Amino acid sequence: MDRVIAFPLMGNYHVPAKYLLSKISDCKVMDAPKITSKTIELGSKNSPDFVCMPFKYTLGTYIECLDMGANTLIQMGGGCRYGYYSELQEKILKDLGYDFEYYNLVSKGYADIFKIYNTLKKINPKLKKIKSIYHFIITKNMVKYIDKIEDYIRGNKGFEEVDGCFDKEFNDMLNSYLNNKGLISLYLRYKKYKKRIKNIKLKKIDKRIKIGVIGELYTLMEPFANYNIEDALYKFNVEVKRFTNVTYLLFEKGKKSKKYLKKLNNVKYKMGADALDNIYYTKYLIDNKYDGIIHIKSSFCTPEIGSMGIINKMCEENDMPVLFMSMDSNTSKVGMETRLEAFYDMIEMRKNNG
Amino acid sequence: MKIGIPRSLYYYYFKDLWINFFDFLDIDIIVSPKTTREILDLGINNSVDEMCLSMKNYIGHVFYLKDKCDYILIPRIDNYGLDNQTCTNFLSSYDIINNLIDTKILNYNINLRNNETELSGLFKISSLLGIDKGKMKKAYIYAKEKEKSIRESKIKENIEKLNSNKKKILLVGHPYNLYDELIGKQVIKMLTDLDIEIIYSDLFDTNDEFKYYSKELYWKYSKDNIGSIVKCKDKIDGIIFISSFPCGLDSLVNELVIRKLDKPYINLIIDDVESSGGIETRIESFVDIINS
Repeated sequence: MDRVIAFPLMGNYHVPAKYLLSKISDCKVMDAPKITSKTIELGSKNSPDFVCMPFKYTLGTYIECLDMGANTLIQMGGGCRYGYYSELQEKILKDLGYDFEYYNLVSKGYADIFKIYNTLKKINPKLKKIKSIYHFIITKNMVKYIDKIEDYIRGNKGFEEVDGCFDKEFNDMLNSYLNNKGLISLYLRYKKYKKRIKNIKLKKIDKRIKIGVIGELYTLMEPFANYNIEDALYKFNVEVKRFTNVTYLLFEKGKKSKKYLKKLNNVKYKMGADALDNIYYTKYLIDNKYDGIIHIKSSFCTPEIGSMGIINKMCEENDMPVLFMSMDSNTSKVGMETRLEAFYDMIEMRKNNG
Repeated sequence: MKIGIPRSLYYYYFKDLWINFFDFLDIDIIVSPKTTREILDLGINNSVDEMCLSMKNYIGHVFYLKDKCDYILIPRIDNYGLDNQTCTNFLSSYDIINNLIDTKILNYNINLRNNETELSGLFKISSLLGIDKGKMKKAYIYAKEKEKSIRESKIKENIEKLNSNKKKILLVGHPYNLYDELIGKQVIKMLTDLDIEIIYSDLFDTNDEFKYYSKELYWKYSKDNIGSIVKCKDKIDGIIFISSFPCGLDSLVNELVIRKLDKPYINLIIDDVESSGGIETRIESFVDIINS
């Protein structure tokens, strides 16, 4: 049996993930189909009622991939309920009659490099340590480069003179990353596209409206899960700031969240998953005079629900507009856009009135 | 000086320890009364809409106490080791409440991965209250022994019930839901009226039994719940799962167990405590099935 690997989508990170898996497994790596309303329907139908949305999205993606011929599924756990997804998802898919192997790279919310390596070794027994370390480093850099460029794009895409310039260059960049031939080749590609993206012409606007987007990680990073809220914001000519990305979650969170805790005087402990981080971001956005904050999460996300009360209080005390959005499979895109428009109008009025 | 203890969440895990501990030290405590509609409404009005019913209930109890005492006791439980974590509400309740009320909070943290134990936590709050270390240690040993003997007798009673001739139903749920006046007590009352012997999931000594159903489980309180099913599943006639809406752990763990279960069961998710009609109908028909 030829192995066909599939994994759930999140933002643009399927590019580095695909690169890594195809380099170190010698197997076919499937491009999971883009999430559509059909994916959500499939996922919701087979999930427990009040589980959070990422469970339903990834389950839907798995079903679609299995139907397309995948036979090895990979899941990454996280620091909250996410860490326990895998066991139940495997059971649900087996109950549906699918035949496949299921690997969970991170369990109990703590990433263990040796465990990840051993799991990958099960998928590809011929895996060499040196080779895998080399490709790990390339992948790590790729993620870092993507995050850096995305960060710049978020700040400026709302002001591009010709629509679609950023998208075109960015997609070209992702494609070129997939074909890189090593560390240096990757770096050169990054340099080349960085230059091209920074040269894109921007409209000159005096008072830029700046909005910070915070919240639960999956819903933030997967555009379909948040109904493409960032693109909706660019239409209003807005500068968007988002802190959460994979570089942060995998490589920086451990150290930084301890620092955040020290800088906050209204919170004493970590509050699970990214709740503390988001409270810190709120402080950062207030201190740096942003014009508004949008907090996004999937319904039933317990850690974020815990942080919401505190974030709301901070914003009230500092006269900062904040919009809370809870996404589930019944949220309508139009409803979200209406709320966003009203929020933007309010911010714009505040800005113009001084 | 008076210390307030909210009758919800942590209370059901630590009540015997706390009550005896403060009793030994001659410190006045006030425990909030059994949940009433007014207390729950206090919680609902002061919490974020999407919080789970149990958390809202807890906040209600805190608000009931906030002007009636000098300190409110709110611990935080991070973990009992890497494999024994807790629900995020146990991680965040201190900070959530500290941002809601002005009453002083007595807080200690249990994080065994970081060597923060129950004893060191109680040490911390005792020194804050000006109690000397030797006395505090005696109180802790006294309270711990009391707690142990109370629990042992309760477990014994629970296990003896398994030999009863009546039909036996295992109630699986977190103790703060099972024993809460508005959440679990209504179910217990209905079952007692129907002449059912009730076994409680929290009154078992469990270890690794949960592995029968789930290999990767890493939440301590869910392990206890699931372990109890493994311990007594051959002696009971049915299982009732009770969770509060929308419990994060139960949404996954109960679903996985139910998919592997070979016993009659119902899964009660308690959201609206306003009317018990729906629950009553379900319980009655469930008991009919078991009796037939």
